[in-house]
Amino acid sequence: MYWANSDWAWDKIEGDFLTCYLRVTAGKCNPLSFSRHRNFPISSDSEISSKEKTEKMMMGSETTEHTFGTPQKSPPSLPEDMETLNLSDVYKSAISSPSSSVTITNSSIHSLPPITTSDPHLLISTQPQSSPLRNPKSPNSSPFLDPPSYADVVFSPFHNSNNDNGNSDSVESSSASSSTSTVLGITSYISERPPRSSSIYREISVSDPRKVQDSSNTLVTSTYVTYLISTRTSDTEYKVRRRFRDVVTLSDRLAEAYRGFFIPVRPDKGVVEGQIMQQQDFINQRRLALEKYLRRLSVHPAIEKSRELGIFLQVDGKLQLPMTTDVASRMLDGAVRLPKQLFGEVREGCVAQNEVAQPAKGGRDLLRIFKELKQSMTNDWSGTKPSVIEEDKQFLEMKEKVQDLEQQLSTSSQQAEGLVKAQQDICETMRDLGFAFVNLTKFETENTLDDIQKVRAVEIRRVATASVKASRFYQELTSQTMKYLDTLHEYLGKMLAIRVAFSDRTNALLTVQTLLSDLNSFQLKAEKLKAASSKIFGGDRSRLRKVEELKETIRITEDAKKVALEEYERIKENNSTELERLGREKKDDFLDMLKGFVVNQVGYAERIALVWEQAAQETSVYVKQ
Amino acid sequence: MATIVAQNSPQVQSPRSPQSQNMLFLTVSVMDPDKRGTGVQAYMSYPVITKTNLPDYKGPEITVERRYSDFVWLRDRLFEKYKGIFIPPVPEKSAVEKFRFSAEFIDMRRQGLNVYINRIASHPELRQSEDLKTFLQEDGETMERLRFQETGIFNRKPSDLIQIFKDVQSKVSDVVLGKEKPVEETTPEYEKLKRYIYELEDHLAEAQKQAYRMVKRHKELGQSLLDFGKAIKLLGACEGESLGKAFSELGTKSESLSHKFEDEARNLLMNFEEPLKDYVHDVQSIKATMVERANAFKLKCELSETTKLKEINLEKLMLVRSDKVGEAEIEYRKLNTESEEATRRFELIVKLMDEEMVRFQEEKTTDLGLAFHEFAKGQAKLGKDIATAWRSLLPKIEACSVSSH
Repeated sequence: MYWANSDWAWDKIEGDFLTCYLRVTAGKCNPLSFSRHRNFPISSDSEISSKEKTEKMMMGSETTEHTFGTPQKSPPSLPEDMETLNLSDVYKSAISSPSSSVTITNSSIHSLPPITTSDPHLLISTQPQSSPLRNPKSPNSSPFLDPPSYADVVFSPFHNSNNDNGNSDSVESSSASSSTSTVLGITSYISERPPRSSSIYREISVSDPRKVQDSSNTLVTSTYVTYLISTRTSDTEYKVRRRFRDVVTLSDRLAEAYRGFFIPVRPDKGVVEGQIMQQQDFINQRRLALEKYLRRLSVHPAIEKSRELGIFLQVDGKLQLPMTTDVASRMLDGAVRLPKQLFGEVREGCVAQNEVAQPAKGGRDLLRIFKELKQSMTNDWSGTKPSVIEEDKQFLEMKEKVQDLEQQLSTSSQQAEGLVKAQQDICETMRDLGFAFVNLTKFETENTLDDIQKVRAVEIRRVATASVKASRFYQELTSQTMKYLDTLHEYLGKMLAIRVAFSDRTNALLTVQTLLSDLNSFQLKAEKLKAASSKIFGGDRSRLRKVEELKETIRITEDAKKVALEEYERIKENNSTELERLGREKKDDFLDMLKGFVVNQVGYAERIALVWEQAAQETSVYVKQ
Repeated sequence: MATIVAQNSPQVQSPRSPQSQNMLFLTVSVMDPDKRGTGVQAYMSYPVITKTNLPDYKGPEITVERRYSDFVWLRDRLFEKYKGIFIPPVPEKSAVEKFRFSAEFIDMRRQGLNVYINRIASHPELRQSEDLKTFLQEDGETMERLRFQETGIFNRKPSDLIQIFKDVQSKVSDVVLGKEKPVEETTPEYEKLKRYIYELEDHLAEAQKQAYRMVKRHKELGQSLLDFGKAIKLLGACEGESLGKAFSELGTKSESLSHKFEDEARNLLMNFEEPLKDYVHDVQSIKATMVERANAFKLKCELSETTKLKEINLEKLMLVRSDKVGEAEIEYRKLNTESEEATRRFELIVKLMDEEMVRFQEEKTTDLGLAFHEFAKGQAKLGKDIATAWRSLLPKIEACSVSSH
């Protein structure tokens, strides 16, 4: 039967990491570091300037274009003339200061000691290179998407091309793989797996949202948004404009035609259109969600080849998707209603048919369908009709397993968010601490009463530099952690698709069983009539006609039953191939996740340790004997 | 816990160890306290062990029992007697009552008191004070009597002192910032010093606030790792064979790493945040001295003003009423002596303060350097530990990878 807690997962899947994270950190300083791999366009912002200046001051000679997160929270007070403060002079004089009782080595601040990749203890190469995470196709290249430009902060994080976006990443990441392969001892961990499915769609992007006046209705002026959907295949590129409603149609058609398959769940309708459609961020969020959705569809082995997706992606103009493309399911629709019509429930059936004919128009989302289905189940089948009896033990076990997996995925993804948040927090605090010390350095330098202050200022600056550097690494680590643990969210979403596929199976079985029981009662009725009419010689005409009618009904129902049974078997088959596929893919994806997570944890922890180790060495003169 | 503490405690915390000076030494160790009394009356009693070869002391090793209020008493006595000297601040009372007897707080307090008493014991002036000798040598009863004998504001309970301290602070700002419109020192040097001290406090307070947040963040990340580890282990249970095992290992590592973050949080609190807080308190102690200096200056000015008036008066009298000259002259002389005394006292404060500032700047440079070193060392260790822990998982994941293909 239906899953008791059918509602709660809906919140989860809509909020993959992106949305969840936005929610979690809404209203507080959020560097939006995930933009690196999300292509989330963030408009550049003049606020960053003061922080940038501080950074320049901190990092000395290096010219840096990198900015430090999104300082929605204003940084500690840094006067405008920050960059005119010549710290290197101060620094020099501090070193030569006669009163200085502390020896200061000259190796400080400007750069970390060179790290060679031949060092077997180092996991990550320090060779400067452009970040492989930057998406060259990103429409808005904001400073936040740029990688740090100086060598000692840059290193390429590890990632696998087929992590979750499938083929979409593989083009960009070829450079990453070549660079990471130089790293000692780690090569085998990040060896690239060939793309899971050689999808015909190499790259799908959703861009350029545009507002359109709805001309079909002249009485009420309304607008909707269309998105440009560009699809690249091996030999050509398609560009079509679609609105959200078209996507709803696509997903509805797919649901009809691919029963039993784990079809990626389409993005939720979200908020009521009129209220929030104006807002840019909503449109953008939807654009991203659509892109993700289409990419997921395009790597599904069955959907990828579907006519529905093909038409949606390739044929420009009004979306012409036949209502039901699958003959079997169309017949089944008829068959399901047939007994109802015979029982005098014609009107109801008609209404339902109308509704099904225009699924997109009503703006129905899956949640509603889900709820309605559940409702109809309890209304129609709980009483007199036989309940669905699933006899396949293996299936039931599998179902239970999936349910358990979903539960654990849900907890894990929540905890993963908590972990990401905690890393983000430590990153921010580390940075704030750094800036507090920057201010103190500046203060001590500007208000010199005693020469020893200069010495102290140097020490403070050391710790400030180390803090800011470490904070950057924490930030990178956070975005990498987020990227890899996103697999958990991805799979939580897949769980929903599995539910839908399982309920397809249950529904199909229900149909079969209903038809069987109907058939049974028709036959009984026919026999009764026959028996009754045979008592009268020459036959009762009206009764004979009724018998003929019943025979016709039985014939139609037989046909319907046959189709329904075939459909049920087909869905069962689909379920099991999909489960098998899921099991395989899950293993790969989870392994990728573990690898990516661990490798980045190791790599960044080492970098952070290195920064502090140097700082510890520089301050070791203060350790008492 | 106790053993760790015992290992740490006998060391002299002050960087200016007296051992290097003329072989005369005075080292004090505040040991693990015992809880005495019950309920509201409960307090911690700290064994204080003094090792010295100073002739004024009873012997080479003296052990006494002291409670927090005794440390406060010492500070107050010194503050009264040594105007111009920056008296080391007593570590704070726990703001939250329920943490008063938590192991973490107690150890921090003990360490703080150890630093405090050794700073006094190593101070060139303060180490010679009678009050310190009393504090380090007298028995508990004498100590208690002395504590209650104290007159004036310091006779009150330590909790009242907080209020008094606040009063003093507002008075400090009133006096030093010239709200009372008193006669005030206006030399450019002193003005500069005043501004420096006031702004320094703000900067340090901000740094200390962030340092404290770092402590909290480390604890939080530790907690997150623990929760994440648990969840991942359960998720691993859904997966069969090697992958499930890899998940479980990841979970276990994550859980164990959470302790590293907790340890580092403790290290940060003790060795980074605490010295910064100390620095803030020292600056506040300087401000208290500045109030004394302002008062002394005011008195000096008033007295010299009055003396001048009396002098004029005396001259007048000499011309018109010679019969009253004798009396007036006595009065004038008395005032003059007082004025000279006030001037001397003020000048002494100025001189001491100048010396103290030099000492303060040097001491703080080393203190801060050490705090930074501890901070960096702790972070480096944490980073290494994390890297090592996660790295150990890699072969297992690889094995898993191989088995799947």
